[in-house]
Order: sequence, then C-alpha cells, then structure tokens
Amino acid sequence: METILVLAHTETDGSLAKPALEALAAAKSLGGLLVVGLVGENVQDAANSIAACGAAKFFGVCGADFAQARYATDAAAAEAIAQAAGAPVIIAPHTSRWGRVLAGVAQRLGGRADTHVTAVSLVNGAPAVTRWYYRQRMEAVLQRAQRPWVIALDPGCVAPWRGEAGTASVEKVAVNLTDAHKRTTVTGVRAPKAEEQTIRPDAKLLFVAGAGWTKKQADGQVHVAEAEKLILDFLKLTGASLGSSKSLVDLSGEGQAVLPFMTHLNQIGQTGSTPRHPKGLSTCCHGEEPHTVGWRFINERRAISLDPSCGWARGKADVLYVADAFQVMAKVNELLAAKKSS
Amino acid sequence: MSTAYQIVVCGSIVPDPLQTLEPVSTPMGPALKNEMMLPAVLDPWASHALFEAAHLANSAPGSKVWLISIAPKAKLQQVMMTIAQKVPFELVALDGPAGGFTEAAEVAAILADAIKAIPGLDMKRLLVFGGWESASRGAGATMQMVGELLGITDQFQGVDQITVNTDGSLEILERIEGGKHQVSKCAGPPAVLGWATGSLPEPPNNPQIGMANMRAIMPALQRAKPAKIAAEGVTFVRVTLPKQLRETKIVKDTPAYEIAKEIVAWIANE
Repeated sequence: METILVLAHTETDGSLAKPALEALAAAKSLGGLLVVGLVGENVQDAANSIAACGAAKFFGVCGADFAQARYATDAAAAEAIAQAAGAPVIIAPHTSRWGRVLAGVAQRLGGRADTHVTAVSLVNGAPAVTRWYYRQRMEAVLQRAQRPWVIALDPGCVAPWRGEAGTASVEKVAVNLTDAHKRTTVTGVRAPKAEEQTIRPDAKLLFVAGAGWTKKQADGQVHVAEAEKLILDFLKLTGASLGSSKSLVDLSGEGQAVLPFMTHLNQIGQTGSTPRHPKGLSTCCHGEEPHTVGWRFINERRAISLDPSCGWARGKADVLYVADAFQVMAKVNELLAAKKSS
Repeated sequence: MSTAYQIVVCGSIVPDPLQTLEPVSTPMGPALKNEMMLPAVLDPWASHALFEAAHLANSAPGSKVWLISIAPKAKLQQVMMTIAQKVPFELVALDGPAGGFTEAAEVAAILADAIKAIPGLDMKRLLVFGGWESASRGAGATMQMVGELLGITDQFQGVDQITVNTDGSLEILERIEGGKHQVSKCAGPPAVLGWATGSLPEPPNNPQIGMANMRAIMPALQRAKPAKIAAEGVTFVRVTLPKQLRETKIVKDTPAYEIAKEIVAWIANE
C-alpha cells in the first residue's frame, strides 16, 4: 500500500473536528505508511491529540494567516504539505473548508481529486473509493492511475479514530504568502440566533416539511401560522433538524405564503442537501424523486401525507400514514409535551 | 466605484430530475441508459449561477454575461430554447459529452481554454460563475480547477449571495456547516464563485430576450468545437443502483391520536 497523507485543518479552538478523525480512521483502514498534515492557527494541540495514531510524521502549516477558511491561503498550505510529504494518496475530510480547495490543490499538484467519497477500500491491493453520481442515484466504486490522488471523505461515513493523546513532533512547513493571497478576508459567520437554528447536523431525527403546510386545508383556508407553531414546537420538543422540499422554499421567491424560518439552506434533495440522520419524518410532501434523493442516507423513514399514492408509498418510506399532518402533529406535540413534563 | 464585469458562467446540461436513471456499461466506461433520449435541463445550480450573473450584470452597466457549455450539440440546442428566454447571455458552445462519469480535470481544462479564448477578456473584470456542484458528477471540483488554470486564487463555493460594495470590493456569503454562512470580503475580480441556490427566483420567460439570445445562440451552436472528454486513468470497478425500494406499510383510516402515539414511540425508540 502507498503512503497516505491525512490532511486536516484545525478548528478555531485548535482541536480536530470529528470529520478529521474519520478521515484518519479511513486512512488507517487501508494500511500502509501514514503521515499527517495539519493546517491552522496552531496545530500542536491537534497533533498531540492524535499522537498515538501511528503516523510516521506530522507536518504542520500554522500561523494567524491560516486561521481563516480562505481559498488562497488554504490551498497554498495544503499544496506545501502535500509536496513536503510526497504522498501519492491524500485523504482529507470533506468539510466546507476543505471542500472549497481540495480539487484546486489536486490541480496544482498535477493530480486528481475525488470528492464526496463515502468509503475507501482496497480492490486488488490498490485503493478504491466509493462515491455517488447523479445526486445519490447511483453508486460507483472506482480506482485511479493518477497520483497524487486527493480523496475527500464525506463526514459521517466512517467511525472516527479514537486513541490516547500524547506529544507529537510537528515538522513546520513554510509557506510564503504575498498580498495576493490576502485579497480576501473572512469577516465573520452569519448564523440564525441559537433558538432559531433549525439545521442540526447531529440530530437523530430529520423532520421534513413540504409545501402542503402552506396550502389550503379542508376548510378552504391556509393556516400558515398554525403550521409554523406546530413545526417549531415539534423541533423544540425533539431537537430534530428541519428539512424542506424545494417547492416549499421556492414559495418565498414566488410571493406566496411562506414559513418564515424556512430557507434554501433547509432544502433537501436534488438541489439541496443530503443529510445523514438515523430517522426521518416527512410531512405534507409528495416524496417525488428529486426530493427523496436527498434522503439517501436517512435510515428509517416515515411520512405523513393525505395522498395514499404519493412517492413515499412507492417504496421510499418504511411507513406512510395517510392522514392530515396538522391533526397528527398537533397530537404528537401534545404527547411529547406531556412526556417531557412527566 | 462601478465596475463593468465580464461574467463567464460555466454550466452544462443534466437529465431532467424527474427521469429515472439507470447506469449501463459502454466501451467508453459507464453511461446512462438511453442517455441521448433523456430530456435535459440546464444544471440547476448552474442555472442559479446564470440568473445571479444576469442580475449582477444588470446592476453594473457595461457588464456582459457568457454561458460556456460542454454538451452534445443537439441536446444543448433543446435546452437553450428554454433557458435563452430567461436572461441575456452569449453562448459559447462546445460539442462534447455532458455525462457524470467524465473527468472533472479534463472538463476544467477545456472550459479554461474556452474562457481564455473569449475576445477582449480582461482579468481585472472577470468573474467566473458556475454551480458549486452539478447534478451529474456532483463533485464540486470543476470550478476550482478552472480557477487554478486561469490563475484565480480568490475562490468561493456554495455561494448564496454577492454584494458589490461602494469601494468595488465584493461581499460573498458561502454555505458552511450547520446552516450558516461564512462572510468574506474580496478585493474584487478576478474571482471564481461556485453558486448554491443563490437568493433569486427563476426569472419568468421573456420572449423578447429569447429572440435576441437565439440570434447569436444558433450560430454559436453551429460553430461549436468538438470537445474530447473521457475519464483517463479512471477504472470504474462497478456502478450500481442502490437497493432503494422499501416495503412501505400504508396506514389508513386510523385516528390522528393513534398515529401520533406510534410516531412518538418510534422517535423514542433508540
């Protein structure tokens, strides 16, 4: 097996996030010589936290300029480490920070990149990656002749490496930055207030609201305020993450009644996200293919819909409740609230 | 400070999302069954990039939008009949495969060459737009590679918003984990922006724009150069459809309270 470089960035507190430890575990599963490269403001604590991982060497690019997730500096750092390590295979977590730069880095190195990889394995003694095509509609296992091969592993696909902390010796790699590297400045992060944050990647349950919540109900009226309360109450009671169909988030652009807390960031499916949660509950959504491709990594699926022949009924959900979601979710919230207070 | 931008949007066609897709083996590698027969659309994220480009160009007088697309010429022509009615742009067509199993690096090299060949290209005004991922390969790799080949190191992915500041700098919002946006300030062009959904609705069809666009689109299609793209060095061990069909239990004619009890028990069950 070829030498593998695990390339990770530190978090703002200097630690390594779970996706980095997952990439490390994936690399170790292939065998071969392991080296680690770290990028961040300070990398020593991160290196120490994985000192026992069996890496033959630790490389680091650090300094204030590498604290922020900026293409120019991150790509320069990753390129410098890759050249110092000389590893033919590079495995990195597909975080938003690395996802922005890894393919560009592969281009600089004269190599190739595969992103959104969900598994690495050995096929005939050579590394192979598994990834999805056409938005999770078909799965491929592939190998490459080109090196270096940069592999970006999607978070949540591999159990993270666990081991004792220790003291790692980090070889500092110099990166010469010019003004051209600093034309962009990261000025901050824009996030909803904590109590308004509805996207929770670590939640055990995904709750999806479809456009039906904003349509006319049996009485001929729309009940957006009631829908808003039912959904937000459910999220508070369960800690679920909120997803949406495209049609619902598109309504805001069409000037129709909308759920104000719902944005395109909530969108699941073809042009949305493909989150990983153990369970998913869909409501007022037809379960059409462009939406349900985003459910590929939701293990247990239930749906509430008034349409008994909707997409969910055609083998896409484990259970379809043919019922009024307003009525069911009101009762669900009552039961959850009673359970919480008891 | 006002800048007249040169906005080049990279975007290709993908099968209509409502189509059922099935992989087949060909001598050239994996492909889609009946690929040439499938109705196609402009890649959804590339569409957003195009709409955002047009919006930005509209707000910066003197700006111009190009759409560079690699696709089988006949399919591209069909898609242009629709997309040309949305916003003004000049098409640069390249006749080649648009499937997901092609190699991003090969696509990027051809796109970069096509951008460099645009007459009067001015790097100080250049913004390269595209989707942050496609609905075919879905790798988010091509735009970064195009940027590298053009020497552009101000790159942004998962972009939902761009704002031009009074000093000509750009404020850009990129998607990051947990439903948040990273806010960056870029000094100005050149830059690469891989768009997510953006913040604009799809523009309505405008026949006048369509007619104006089509006058240049048809000649562009006629002179489309062949683009040789494959996936050199890649061996596909297998390509399979997921075992996606579940035995759906359909619960009907059951009181809401009973359903609620079942759902609450299911949620609680670890």
